[in-house]
Amino acid sequence: MSITGIDRDTLGKQVASDIPQGAFVNLGIGLPTSVSNFLTPDSGVMLHTENGMLGMGPEARGEDVDPDLVNAGKVPVTELPGSSYFHQADSFAMMRGGHLDICVLGAYQVSADGDLANWYTGRADDIPAVGGAMDLATGAKQTFVMMNLLSRDGTAKLVRECAYPLTGLACVTRVYTDLAVFLIEPQRVVVRDLFGIDFDRLAGLLDVPLNDGTNR
Amino acid sequence: MLSIVETAADAVAGITDGATILVGGFGAAGQPVQLIEALLDAGARDLTIVSNNAGNGETGLAALIRDGRVRKMVCSFPRQSDSWHFDRKYRAGEIELELLPQGNLAERIRAAGAGIGAFYSPTGFGTPLADGKETREIDGKGYILEYPLRGDVALIAAHRADQLGNLVYRKTARNFGPIMATAATTTIAQVDEVVPVGALDPEQVVTPCLYVDRVVAVARTASRVAS
Repeated sequence: MSITGIDRDTLGKQVASDIPQGAFVNLGIGLPTSVSNFLTPDSGVMLHTENGMLGMGPEARGEDVDPDLVNAGKVPVTELPGSSYFHQADSFAMMRGGHLDICVLGAYQVSADGDLANWYTGRADDIPAVGGAMDLATGAKQTFVMMNLLSRDGTAKLVRECAYPLTGLACVTRVYTDLAVFLIEPQRVVVRDLFGIDFDRLAGLLDVPLNDGTNR
Repeated sequence: MLSIVETAADAVAGITDGATILVGGFGAAGQPVQLIEALLDAGARDLTIVSNNAGNGETGLAALIRDGRVRKMVCSFPRQSDSWHFDRKYRAGEIELELLPQGNLAERIRAAGAGIGAFYSPTGFGTPLADGKETREIDGKGYILEYPLRGDVALIAAHRADQLGNLVYRKTARNFGPIMATAATTTIAQVDEVVPVGALDPEQVVTPCLYVDRVVAVARTASRVAS
């Protein structure tokens, strides 16, 4: 029997609501990009994009499209008042130097220790492409992952040990999924929120010991 | 000494087979498309290209790869929705790939321009991209040793040059341009416009003229460039 958790927009809202006022944030390509739709201007959150901009605005439309102004996914975007531009080495110094508060990334797998795998399946026909994922995962003060908890074949993506090639060691601090939010703490994984599933059933889906933190 | 040349062909003259070329751009933004296509016309082959991506669509770097001029790509993100020429060459075993995390790619280029012998980066530690690299623990954290990445030539795109070769960029098209300009024996910039000395505000200059060897003004196709 399939379990229906929350949809992508609701998940995006959930992540957005957990980003503190005034934080400096990098949103990865794909699902994480949708978080920006739920950040309100009065949140004061400033978005960093790896290709050299802080204070990135929404996607550009029509007349506002400018080929010189794109995000990490090469999608045309806009600038907001107070934005700044810098070159690639400075952009990655911001990550590596621990100046970004949060990055939100997609994942193939996350381990109970917070290891992340999100850049390469290792399949023979797959072309590896890492981009800024390793720098973000290890450099940001906090790394949030956004993903469906189960892969298409029904196997859980929160695992004891990642089977895919790693992006970073012990770097993920939270995992936002359609069925639950997990806090990766030293030596344990705490379930903070459940969406349309109870704790015991969730625990039955995973090969990872869980702590119930939904009442704290 | 700066040369301001009339055509992209003049700008890329003398680039030899087997050269290592740093190519600016993040996808299409800041990619020196006219310089790359002049290089394609000039016929240089067996090239090592250092660039963040491995070409988009049919123009610029994608065309150079398509025509078999590139022996090796050094990049962070080759696979994109429109990188079909690279994808085909890679799967056919006709192009070598050195994959680097983007920050290590950028810092290796920066280090080359800044005279740094090597540096320890935490990025990639414990991953397959650290294979074969020296590692070290510093204050309890793992690092990998990365060496500078230098080019024989850098091909970059900037917004404006003055007649000394000082450069300013536009928005996110800046990306790799400023660091690549510092890290090559010969730095060649295509710009939208060359302006008189004194017309650029010194506070706004991003690449000082001593890094730049050749400049050519080109008309960008299908782009909208407002000031």
